[in-house]
Formats: sequence, C-alpha cells, structure tokens
Amino acid sequence: MTDSGRSAAVVIGKDGLAALVEVLVERGRTVIGPTARDGAIVLAELASAEQLPYGWGVELEAGHYRLRPREDGMAFAHSAGPQSWKTYLHPQRVRQWSAERGPGGEVTLRADSDPAPSYAFLGVRPCDLRAIAIQDRVLTGGTYADPAYRDRRDGAFLVVVECTDPGATCFCVSMGTGPGVGEGDDEGYDLALTEVLDDAGHRFWARAGSAEGAEVLALLPRQQGLGTVAAEATATAARESVTAAAGRMGRSMPPVSLQRLMAGSLDAKRWDDVAARCLTCGNCTMACPTCFCTTTEDVTDLTGDHAERWSTWDSCFDLDFSHLHGGPVRESARSRYRQWLTHKLGTWHDQFGSSGCVGCGRCIVWCPVGIDITEEAAALHAETWSMLESPEGGARP
Amino acid sequence: MTTPVPYEVVRWESETADTATVALRPAGAALPSFRPGQFAMLYAFGVGEIPVSVSGISRADQGLVHTIRAVGAVSGALYGLRPGTSVGVRGPFGTDWDLPAARGHDLLIVAGGIGLAPLRPVVVDALAEPDRYGRVNVLVGSRTPDELLYRAEIGHWSTATAAHVAVTVDRPDDRWTGEVGVVTALLHRARFRPHGTVAFVCGPEPMIRATARDLVHRGVPAQRIRVSLERNMRCATGHCGHCQLGPLLVCRDGPVLGWDRAEPLLATREL
Repeated sequence: MTDSGRSAAVVIGKDGLAALVEVLVERGRTVIGPTARDGAIVLAELASAEQLPYGWGVELEAGHYRLRPREDGMAFAHSAGPQSWKTYLHPQRVRQWSAERGPGGEVTLRADSDPAPSYAFLGVRPCDLRAIAIQDRVLTGGTYADPAYRDRRDGAFLVVVECTDPGATCFCVSMGTGPGVGEGDDEGYDLALTEVLDDAGHRFWARAGSAEGAEVLALLPRQQGLGTVAAEATATAARESVTAAAGRMGRSMPPVSLQRLMAGSLDAKRWDDVAARCLTCGNCTMACPTCFCTTTEDVTDLTGDHAERWSTWDSCFDLDFSHLHGGPVRESARSRYRQWLTHKLGTWHDQFGSSGCVGCGRCIVWCPVGIDITEEAAALHAETWSMLESPEGGARP
Repeated sequence: MTTPVPYEVVRWESETADTATVALRPAGAALPSFRPGQFAMLYAFGVGEIPVSVSGISRADQGLVHTIRAVGAVSGALYGLRPGTSVGVRGPFGTDWDLPAARGHDLLIVAGGIGLAPLRPVVVDALAEPDRYGRVNVLVGSRTPDELLYRAEIGHWSTATAAHVAVTVDRPDDRWTGEVGVVTALLHRARFRPHGTVAFVCGPEPMIRATARDLVHRGVPAQRIRVSLERNMRCATGHCGHCQLGPLLVCRDGPVLGWDRAEPLLATREL
C-alpha cells in the first residue's frame, strides 16, 4: 500500500466516514451531503456524518417519490433526490453586479466580489458527477467563463459514492454515465467511495482521485482488522455490487443516436401528444442537474441610486423565455416541450459537445403528471424509426 | 457574466417618433473594438440590459453608435438617455458581417425597418473603399416614410457615391413620391451578378426569409447571403440559454450567419 492510497484498496468504516466529515470541516470546508428531511433525501450542510440518511431508501416512479426505511442501515442506498449539486455550484439566485449613480449622473459598476464558499460535496452520485462536468463545459468551457461559477467549482472537493441501489426511474447505464466511476486522476472526483454491506460488515471501499483526495484519505482511520486480502475482497465486493446495479436499471433510452433522433423528429406528431399532458410548469428543468438557463432581474433601492443585477434560474417552459418584441418565439406547449427535449438530448451536443442528459431520472420523478423522458424518446423513435435506423446509431451520447 | 463598462452619451439624434441614434464614448477604459454586425449589451441603470447591434463605430475616439427603438422598458430607458448621462456597455459579442471576405464581389445590402441599423457600418465601410468591391447596392424598406432611418445619410449615399440606392415604403403618405411595396420588389433593378455577389440582409424575420429566398432563386449562393437574427438574450456570453435557435446560440454562433445555416432553422415553426 502506498501512502497516497491511490492504487491500493483502502477500506474505511462508519467511523471513517465520520472522520471524513470532521477532517473536511477542520480543513475549513462547508460539507454538503444527503440527509433525510421533510419526507425526502435532501442536500444540506452536514456538521457530522450522523446526519447522513442511514437506514433510508427511496421509492421512485413517474410523478412519485416516497422515503422508505431500510432495515440494512445503509447510508447511500438511495438514488437522486429533488435537488442536485447545481443548488450550490450554480445557485438559484446570484448577484452579478452592483451599480451606483453619483450626483452628476455618472454610473460606477462593480462586479460581485463575495468570496466563493469552499465546499465539500459528500455523496455525489456518478450521474451527478457527470452532470457537474456538463455544467463545467457550459459555464466555463466556451469563450466566456462564468467567473463566479468557476470560483465555486474550483474550490469544491467532490466525494463520489457509487450507486449500488438504482431507482425505478434511473437510466444512467443507457446514457453511459453510471452507476460507477472510473479510477484515476482524471475522473473528476477527489475521493470515491463504494458502500459495501455483507457478512463481513458495513464498510466503504475508498480511493483518491486527486492529490488532495489522497491527503484526506491518508488521515482517515482504516477499518480495524482488515488486512490487505480482506481489503481486496471489499474492493471486489464493491465492484460486483456496482456491476449488479447496472443490471437493475429501472429504465433505458432507445439504443440509437439520440442526437440524430431529435434532429429528425422536429415535426413528429408525438409533440402534440406530450403537449396535451405537459403543464409547462418547468419542474423538470428545476430538478434537472444540468439545466443551466437563467434570467436576470434588476433591482434598485429606495433612493434609486443603488442598483443591482441578479441572475435567477429560468425555464425554457416559461412563455417569457423566448420573448421578443411582438411576442414569444415558442408560444405553444408543444414547441416548449420540444425545445427542452431536443436541447437536452440533441442540440446540446452541437452547442457543448455532449448530451445534456445523465440519466438520473429526476425529471420523471418530479413531473407532476409523470411525463417520462425515456418513454417520450422511445415514442419519437417508434414514430421516426424507419427514417433513422442505421447501423452506426449508437447508444452512447 | 462580465461587468458593464461605463460609457457616456455624447450625442442624441432623433430618427423617428420612437427611435433615436445615440453616440457613446468610453468614460474610462474602452472595450475591445467592435466590428460591423456585432452587438453590445447596453445597460440602463436600474432598469435592465438588452442586446443592440452597433450602427456606427468611431475608430478615432473608440466610440460606439447605437440606434435604439423604444419598444420595451429597457429600450425605452435607453431611448430616453441624453448627452452627459451614463450607460453600461458589455461587448463586443457575436459574429460580424465580415465585409472584408466580400472583396471583389458585388454587394447587396438589403434592410427592413430598424434592420438598417446593423447594416449602416457595412455601407459606410464599403463606400469608404469602393475599389475593393464591385457594384454596391443598398435597398431599404420601411413601413412608412416617417419610420425611415438615416434619411440625410441615405440621400448622401444616393447622390454622392457610386452606390445604387433604392428606398421603398409599405404605406406611403401624401408627400411620398418614391417606391411603394416590399423591399424584394427593389431587387429587379439592383445591379449585381448573382454568382459574384455577397448579400447582407437584416430586418423582420418574414422580410429576411422573403429576401433570402428571392436571392437564392436569382442564383446567389445561400452561404453568401448573410443574415442577422434576433433572439431574446440575457447574458450574451452563452450561459443563459435564451437565444437558442436549434443547435445555435445566437449570441455566440450569430447574430450574423449564412442563409445555408439559417434557412432550415427558420423554416421550423416556433423552433
């Protein structure tokens, strides 16, 4: 075993997880992780690992979410909750700049300079790790980088926990985004954990994906009484449970190029069908871990000489979203649902070089009428099958 | 989002009942230089920010000229700014008309309404170096005579340069003695060799579609018909998502693009 712990198997117990939260807090980080609250697994600031949702699982279906107690006491045997990490990295409301108007009418503008918090995210699911990478490309990968996002992102320490118990609405396998992560320094995490619970006990296979991750891992107590052989056995058990999870996905996308499917479906009849059900409420866009759209809000104080510009999350389902002088470009529900889906699965590739979907299933769960993105894609595929089926169509985005 | 840079309004000229041309000069450090066709985000203090193409570029004093039609809260506030007041400016953003690439070609500049504003610096630059281009045609459409922009300047282009300049209105008044009808009706008298022409088209989307289709029909290659599109924009830096048009982010991939790319996108209703 090396000091860095990077290549060899390291096994920590629940005490190791508790120490991880302590170490991260001691290092000045705001630790955010899942906790059971208000009938859901929500993300919140954690003062201790005690707050993790030990013994809670979830029951998911289209338009349906229920917290369920688990006999086994596992901490991470639940799939995506209503929030995602964009709540912290790309917050719902951010001040962009402040402006002052002087007595002579001259205007002084000042960029917002609140220092970025130093986050540690505990319990990032592999699909959500990919979602963070997608938002990275959108918000920092082009000609212009969003400086506030970049600062929050650069300062964040990511602890991934692989998925061993996918939900009925999960389809990460068909999007190539989960349920596991790779090993090495370019996977985008600082630490990766896999929760293992069997006759040998409740423990976590841990490995570092960055220098800081290795530093933190070295500070954690290893599980007592586990020699190298037992540690390797834990790693094997972890890999097996992730492989088994891949076989238990509740849903899947049609195994074709979704980008081509979307590009060829703009006139599909299915849009009328889904528009008859869609409430255009925008819940899917709020729950989606990659949806990044924002609008702006300008405010002044009572003197009228201090003004601020804020950006807030926006949704392409909102009529005002495409407003031009004369009215919205996308007036019908049909065109707004089509915009969301064709962007997510299709034109996102053109704009940012990847799919905008990671298969987390949040949009299915949190749709009040249970519209299922995989079902809609399958229906579009069925409708346009004869036009699009070709040997080179692949499942990977 | 970048922070706007303060510019001072140094000139305000009324164009029509609801449109004015304002000249801006940097109050401190200037933004990088703009090219014709690119746009700025103009911030009216406390009210908001909108994208506005440059209608003039003053290279000598790093100034910018914008023609603003008061149609909403922000454009109304910008229209109301007078010399001595401040405005926040971000930019330059987007693609430009790329006039230098049209060297050696006939130029066909077709504008509808406020669409003449982003084309004005193309006309100015082309007429400043007439030897670089073939025949220069400027075709302008306006709803009414009163809504015609840059009247004196159009008169100058028409009488003092070699350009072919034609103006038409949809709804003439009693004093109007010129052409009546849509701007495409001016094409048949323009002087251009279809295969050796670069067209620059800006105006309302139906006007752009009608003009570009007519030009394609006359043999101008679609990729040499450059059009400027308008979409809702909040950031201009590719992060807000509002200006999507199918695969394009208009703030980044536009506003100026070839008709070969724009045509299929504009052909899909509500895209």
